[in-house]
Amino acid sequence: MSDRLFAGLAALVALAYIVGATGIQASFLSDPVGPKTFPYLIGGAALLACLVIIARPTAAPTWPNGITLLKLLSALVMLVAYTYALKPLGFVLPTAIAAGYLSYLIGGHPGRSALTGVGLAVGLFLVFRYLLGLGLVGWPGIF
Amino acid sequence: MEIFALLGQGFDVALTPTNLMLAVAGCIIGTIVGALPGLGPSNGVALLIPLAFSLGLDATESLVLMTSVYYGAMYGGRISSILLNVPGDEPALMTTLDGYPMAKQGRAGDALVLSGVASFVGAMLATIGLMLLAPLLAGIAYLFGPAEYFALYLLAFSTLGGLASKSQAKAVLASCIGLGIAVIGLDNFSGMPRMTGGSLHLMDGVDFLVAIVGLFAVTEVFVYIESHGKNSSIGVAVSKITIPVRDIVRSIGTMLRSTVVGFIAGVLPGAGASLGSFLAYSMEKAVSRDKDTFGTGNPRGVAAPEAGNNAAAGGALVPMLTLGVPGSGTTAVLLALLMTLNITPGPLLFEERPEVVWGLIAALIIANFVLLILNVPMVKLFVKILSVPPWVLLPGVTMVSFVGIYSLSGSSFDLVLMIAFGALGYFLRKLDIPTVPIILGILLGNHMEDSLRRAMIVGDGEWQYLFSSPISIGLWTAAIVGFVAPLFLRRFIRTPEKHAD
Repeated sequence: MSDRLFAGLAALVALAYIVGATGIQASFLSDPVGPKTFPYLIGGAALLACLVIIARPTAAPTWPNGITLLKLLSALVMLVAYTYALKPLGFVLPTAIAAGYLSYLIGGHPGRSALTGVGLAVGLFLVFRYLLGLGLVGWPGIF
Repeated sequence: MEIFALLGQGFDVALTPTNLMLAVAGCIIGTIVGALPGLGPSNGVALLIPLAFSLGLDATESLVLMTSVYYGAMYGGRISSILLNVPGDEPALMTTLDGYPMAKQGRAGDALVLSGVASFVGAMLATIGLMLLAPLLAGIAYLFGPAEYFALYLLAFSTLGGLASKSQAKAVLASCIGLGIAVIGLDNFSGMPRMTGGSLHLMDGVDFLVAIVGLFAVTEVFVYIESHGKNSSIGVAVSKITIPVRDIVRSIGTMLRSTVVGFIAGVLPGAGASLGSFLAYSMEKAVSRDKDTFGTGNPRGVAAPEAGNNAAAGGALVPMLTLGVPGSGTTAVLLALLMTLNITPGPLLFEERPEVVWGLIAALIIANFVLLILNVPMVKLFVKILSVPPWVLLPGVTMVSFVGIYSLSGSSFDLVLMIAFGALGYFLRKLDIPTVPIILGILLGNHMEDSLRRAMIVGDGEWQYLFSSPISIGLWTAAIVGFVAPLFLRRFIRTPEKHAD
């Protein structure tokens, strides 16, 4: 079922891709193939592959439910938030929080995870800044 | 004797103090990367690329570092296969079959030493093979025009699904995802934007490193969150390390046979180290007189896949260096490194930059000796590293990925894109869709399209031109056979079941 669903979705994307390719503008200086053919070929091959998967699905994965699903989503949100926190807040604080949270999601134990987060943030900062010489901002305004 | 002169020149390049230090560092990092489950060779090398740039290494230096990591990872993968029954990286999967049972019989030390020696034999002979074969192939590659290159790329993609994945359709879909992403950005011929949806960020296309770090490193975090780190099974302790001379002597034939099989599997575009170890193990099991002891701790079942995968790792460098077509995920990353260093692999590389090619080969030979020392007498050191728990390792790897990509591009957009690739990778993993074709697609897509379009210009728009030379007809035939054959062979070759606790 998952296979068919995914392949169906991928087939729609492939169709959209082909439709999108019709809108590619060719310039006055063109070659015999042009900029559209290759995207058409890819979209076509993908469509065909999707149809085969729909006809003969192979995988039947078990998907996470309830709490695990929530954990995965929260990890996703956390990582995106981390991305946008890096510039204004510097490296150390966001990294400690993000790494600590991921550690908690994988291994449990809040205390241990908090220590892991702080340790990774400080340790990686020292390695990147002083050993490898990357221009990381550790803490805005201070160092 | 020209080879020795060139090799001497290579050693001159490789034997500088900086390069030696980088080789040793690369070997250590590589063995750790290979040994830790959840950190494979492709993402290990990918994570190091941005760091190599920020260290200001030049072309030869970065290559020495990365190829040492690459070889090191091939050695390291076996450690967790043997001790934890969890392959440290994909090619080490076959080593779990006999390595773990051997360890459970109290022969963990023997298994580690034997597989270390087998790795050395495989890697060393493959490096010599690379030295002999690469210049020859580079000579042939001169005859390749755009039509031949297009057929060659097609061959790489068609064999990629191969025996390793369960469904050809899924491998095709994965290749298309990669190729489709490669189209995004400005068209090489007309300079017009394609598939960017008007986004300025996408004008430059999708960076290969963003995709690979996302698909490999970030995906791993999601997988581990789902399994709550339970993938780490209970390990087997290592007693004193002694050298099992009898086992080594008795598996010499095995190692040599497996090296040949592995090397050939590695040279074929798209096949790579996983196939090398798989074929080496299957063949050894088929020809051996004590078939039924395979899977219960037969030393030759440990030696075969290790010699095979290390030989394949060396072999995979041949098409990467001479044709610019990588044979595996990790060589794809190495190819990306070469491209970012402004080195174009191909036949001209051997003429124009001999110091890079031969320096690289010399570095590989040095790395092999360093790795033998690290992986036989000092293997206990790496066994300790295996006790790093996943709840420290994976957050650490994730944070390194972010810093790496961030230091490369400095854009939040790329980081979000990386996370998106991570999420996509999670779904693909669940659905058994291989991710290596995606990586290869993103990396080679533009070259593939360019060669198609150039061939059409040369052939004046006639499609027949694609099949007009004997070489291209041969490559097309190989591509079709490579794609169709697994459909029939898959019924006969089945991955043996893993030893259950």
